Amino acid sequence: MNSIAPQSMLLPPPSRTGDAAFKFLTWCMAMMVFVLVAVVGWELFRGSEPSLRQFGWRFLTRADWDPVSGAFGALPFMFGTFVSSLLGLLLALPLSVAAAIYLTELAPGWMRQPAVALIEMLASIPSVILGLWGMVVLVPWLNAHPYPWLQRVLGFLPLFRGHVYGPCLLSAAVIIAIMIVPIVTSISREVFRAVPDSRREAAYALGATRWEVTRLAVLKGSKRGIFGAAMLGLGRALGETMAVTMVVGNSTVISPSLFAPGCTLASGIATQFAEAADNFNLYPGALYELGLVLLAITIVTNILARLLVGAVGAPRHPGPA
Amino acid sequence: MPELAKEMSQDCHAVSLSLPHGQVSNLRGRCSLCINTMRIRWLWMWLAGLAAVLTLEGADRASAQLLINGAGATFPYPIYSKWFDEYSKVDPSVRFNYQSIGSGAGQRQIVEGTVDFGASDGPMSDQNLARAPGKILHVPTVAGADVIAYNLPGAPRLRLDGPAIADIFLGKIAKWNDPRLAALNPGAALPKADILVVHRADGSGTTYILVDYLSSVSGEWQKRVGRGTAVKWPAGLGAEGNEGVTAQIKQMPGAMGCVELVYATQNQLPCASVKNAAGNFIAPSVETVTEALAAAAIPDDFRFSMVNAPGGRAYPIASATWLLVYQHQRNAEKGRKMVEFLKWALKEGGPMARQLDFAPLPPDLSKRVLAEIDGIRY
Amino acid sequence: MNALLNQRRKATSAAMSALCLLCALMVILPLLLVLFHLARLGASSVDWNFLTHLPKPVGESGGGMANAIVGSFILVLLAVLIGVPVGVLGGIYLSEFGAPRLNGAVRFAADILNGTPSIVWGIVVYALVVVPMKGASAYAGGLALGLIMIPLVIRTTEQMLALVPASYREAALALGIPKWKSVLHVVLKTAGKGIVTGVLLACARVAGETAPLLFTASGNQFWSHSLSEPVASLPRQIYTYAKAPYGDWHRQAWAGALVLVLFVFAFSALVRLLTRGSNLPVAK
Repeated sequence: MNSIAPQSMLLPPPSRTGDAAFKFLTWCMAMMVFVLVAVVGWELFRGSEPSLRQFGWRFLTRADWDPVSGAFGALPFMFGTFVSSLLGLLLALPLSVAAAIYLTELAPGWMRQPAVALIEMLASIPSVILGLWGMVVLVPWLNAHPYPWLQRVLGFLPLFRGHVYGPCLLSAAVIIAIMIVPIVTSISREVFRAVPDSRREAAYALGATRWEVTRLAVLKGSKRGIFGAAMLGLGRALGETMAVTMVVGNSTVISPSLFAPGCTLASGIATQFAEAADNFNLYPGALYELGLVLLAITIVTNILARLLVGAVGAPRHPGPA
Repeated sequence: MPELAKEMSQDCHAVSLSLPHGQVSNLRGRCSLCINTMRIRWLWMWLAGLAAVLTLEGADRASAQLLINGAGATFPYPIYSKWFDEYSKVDPSVRFNYQSIGSGAGQRQIVEGTVDFGASDGPMSDQNLARAPGKILHVPTVAGADVIAYNLPGAPRLRLDGPAIADIFLGKIAKWNDPRLAALNPGAALPKADILVVHRADGSGTTYILVDYLSSVSGEWQKRVGRGTAVKWPAGLGAEGNEGVTAQIKQMPGAMGCVELVYATQNQLPCASVKNAAGNFIAPSVETVTEALAAAAIPDDFRFSMVNAPGGRAYPIASATWLLVYQHQRNAEKGRKMVEFLKWALKEGGPMARQLDFAPLPPDLSKRVLAEIDGIRY
Repeated sequence: MNALLNQRRKATSAAMSALCLLCALMVILPLLLVLFHLARLGASSVDWNFLTHLPKPVGESGGGMANAIVGSFILVLLAVLIGVPVGVLGGIYLSEFGAPRLNGAVRFAADILNGTPSIVWGIVVYALVVVPMKGASAYAGGLALGLIMIPLVIRTTEQMLALVPASYREAALALGIPKWKSVLHVVLKTAGKGIVTGVLLACARVAGETAPLLFTASGNQFWSHSLSEPVASLPRQIYTYAKAPYGDWHRQAWAGALVLVLFVFAFSALVRLLTRGSNLPVAK
């Protein structure tokens, strides 16, 4: 029964139409990504048309956001987005890289998997829950302890002057830092793991201490990868909506102080989109244009990140929420 | 080959590699029983998903309950949510789903037609009304007070006047112990702390009422900021909804903001007595709002402002709040239920409103509004 | 002299190791704090009342989030119905049929979609679906979530299919099986577990999304009896209650947050369970 006789190979030829149909079906589905990109871009353009026509490029440089008189400008939102994201990255990057070093080079073997699992858990916490915790636990604590201290010690700098409300750009930066630490840590881990062991062994052979091995063999060659990890984290930070909206303070006034309430592109859309009412065309148009600016910034950042991280490994983490 | 076939059919019933010519091929290593079982399993999964979707869709046809969607002002949300809850017991065949997302959203969504009714505490402008595909009626339901609530130790009852409030929101009066505030409140222990202003981040009728008042008492406010449901706030922190502003005031010592009366009372926040047009410092309450309402001149389309109302005991920062409905309802069933609810609210809703510190409409105004409601066609 | 230098080097090494350990702990600290607060503030409120009752009017206590929990299920189900067919079939194309340049372009586009902030998806679906349909609906919310899922599922499907050894495909072809049958019955089945884990992870991700739902599915205080009605969802309900001043609502927000986090962790745990003992690496 199990012998393979040549006559059992005489089968009807395989169906060509089935293959062609299946290939077409899957091709259509793969093309959907292009369709979706086009749809997103088209809808944002269409929605922002009134604002584009009215303001043109000046939209990006105007600091006015006055629904009553119909004067809109993206500068307060762009300022808030950049300040909170970059500051968040500044807070997160050293922590993440150091943690990644610890997890790949220095940690005992039994600790690695659980630690990695814990970091992945942090990545999977929804943004709104981090926002809730931020609003109710973190910001009051920041307001009670670190912020007054900062104002006492560094209050001569314009960065730390002014009323301390609690919800502010600095709080947004802290929350963003918490949210991007997992992705930067895991990409950095990948980068470090990609360094061949031979380099480490060579350094050990030359008598280097543990830290020196890490510094010379691992960190030196990983700069590009770490930069890429930072860019990916930045990409995630730019799109953060809910957690930031809940702690950023929602003010459209640009202020040099980190303690001043601010706004980001995402938080501005989230709070105002439902009711852009006074100037029916222009107000929603301005918000759509904010969305367009946000999309453009995020795409550019992600492209840069891809170019840098490239071969190391595709990011597997949840994106912006 | 036999190994491969065996591997591929690990969990299969039979392996058959040699067949009489013409039979269906089993060379993939599975018997037809397994193949069909697999196909059936996949089919069941998708059918289950589809069935779930269709059941949810069909349940609407089967259920007799009608859902009427509305959105808008957070100002009257406490009384509206109470009314809708009570009315669902009066008439179980209809549910009113109200989303409290701000007057600006209420106005926009009723014009765009994405809700069945809107709610706003600022009357719609002619410009916005012109954009609607049909005539929108303003149905006043209750009147309420915008109070200046704050978070100070000892919860003192402060006295403020219009220009002082304007200057606080403009950022010109920055500290609690400012001389102007001390002058208005002789004997009160005002701390040396900063005044942390909290305003609305979203489009709001509560904002409209406040800026309407501030524009009428402060020339600088009118020039710099003006009237609207969303304005360019010169200073302070933004929060969403009456709920958000109240939460921020509660959380931050030294904070001050403008919210509807019931939010302040439900959260034990002290509110200021404001100097009215007659020169008296009036505390917000149902009685003082009612007096302000009684003095207002109300046109036929029911769009009016009652800030800075004349009258000895009138509270100056008060306003009516409106439900926005189309005169010609798209859906006959929804239109009828809407009209029934509006009549119930105006006739029976008064006591519930009073309990939540909203002033129900006086009888003559109520009669005029009922006549307007009778004009709704469906 | 040498000994002193070596001592210094060793000390530096120990110090840096300690510093890195400290950083690793600091990285984990927020997670522990969040979980701690969720447990402390939310656990006592997750009772039968909370899980089965509808929200009460403002200021009254005793409401629950039953409709939000069910609503989230419905939205994730809709998202799966939209996202999985497109994602899996698209991933199949990339892995089985595609040309290198086209594949690169598709992956690039998928990356753009992946990086699109979810609030942007919200306003796009608002313009596409909510305005023409004259209202918020579960359809719109499910579509927004499904669109977010598509690039995620494409990516993981492609990766999982790439891990199936070429010998499987070649053997199937050698046996005369048409390519489409070989893909469906042989390759897909082999990679099946990995693809399912990818889908589960995408579900976990979209279950926690709030921003796309703000303007599409909106909210509902009652049970939704139709998919063309607005539907309550757990993240949005948490958001609404979190902003409010009422202690009772805050309590419920924490309870809802705990329930949501447990769901998300349950998905991840399910993924780990499915992949235990598997030879093939799985989506992370």
